[in-house]
Amino acid sequence: MLHTVNKSPFTNNSLDSCLDCVGNGAAVLLIEDGVYGALKGSKVADKVKAAMGKVTIYALSADVKARGVADKMIDGIKMVDYAGFVELAAENDKVHSWL
Amino acid sequence: MATMTVNGKDYEVDEEGYLIDLSQWNREVGEELAKSEKVDMTESHWEVIDFLREYYDEYQIAPAVRVLTKAIGKKLGKEKGNSKYLYELFPYGPAKQACKIAGLPKPTGCI
Amino acid sequence: MSDTKKFLYVNRKAPYGTVYALESLEVVLIGAAFEQDVQLLFMDDGVFQIAKGQDTGEAEMKNFSPTYSALGDYEVTKMYVDKQSLEERGLTLDDLIHLTYEDEDDDYAEKDSIRLVSREEIAALMEEQDVILSF
Repeated sequence: MLHTVNKSPFTNNSLDSCLDCVGNGAAVLLIEDGVYGALKGSKVADKVKAAMGKVTIYALSADVKARGVADKMIDGIKMVDYAGFVELAAENDKVHSWL
Repeated sequence: MATMTVNGKDYEVDEEGYLIDLSQWNREVGEELAKSEKVDMTESHWEVIDFLREYYDEYQIAPAVRVLTKAIGKKLGKEKGNSKYLYELFPYGPAKQACKIAGLPKPTGCI
Repeated sequence: MSDTKKFLYVNRKAPYGTVYALESLEVVLIGAAFEQDVQLLFMDDGVFQIAKGQDTGEAEMKNFSPTYSALGDYEVTKMYVDKQSLEERGLTLDDLIHLTYEDEDDDYAEKDSIRLVSREEIAALMEEQDVILSF
């Protein structure tokens, strides 16, 4: 199952709720302002790192680069391009967009 | 906006003839709406109309046909809780016609 | 029925500040009218959608909270509420509208629709769906 989060974790609790509700082996893709959730050293970084034990976390590279945070990503976050996004959506049986 | 006149008073209706302000509804308005649908109102018709208005008052929606049928059966008796009975009263669809006559908005998910 | 799918509607927004809650409810009613297996989950500010005592008279908006009570008639019998979201907001089950359905398989006994769930249970709940719609 693929979860997408498109809101900044600093103004919205979507990422927080999402990480509480993911099952083992799920994929979480951060897009738009959601990519701020992958920032090193932020107040949500510990929770994100802990979640990486059971799920894979991806960030959309176009949105990361656009925001100038490419060199501030937590180690182990996987960068995907738009084709990778499509692949993730296709290979998972369902998608839940945390709005 | 279109209007409908009953006893010299104007009522606003939408382009399909549904009453805009459901609080303005009364039996005479219902009669006039029924005429526009070519339905001759009998006590059996009014029974359904009254039920719909009560349902709307409680839940703020007009029920889907399936829900209406079941609820009518429970309230007015099993012999009336089937779509054949309701379609005989309102040949062009109980949801569409009966809601219109009851002064309610078109039901959500009305097909 | 093979073409019946399991739908979970995830409601995470408060009722009047945005149109999400009302839109979700309308989609739920349409989905249920097509006899799909429809379940609702209220979490985060979504729990406020089913708070008791809503009165929109002065705000001049339509109070759609009574409509949740009609969902039992639409055979929507499973309304999950995230326990943690309630607690974070200082709410308990008693602050929510008492939502019920009549169980046809049990002589039409009235039963509670609301089930409190933990976040682990939500994870499992999501996994078993065919479609998840978020509002």
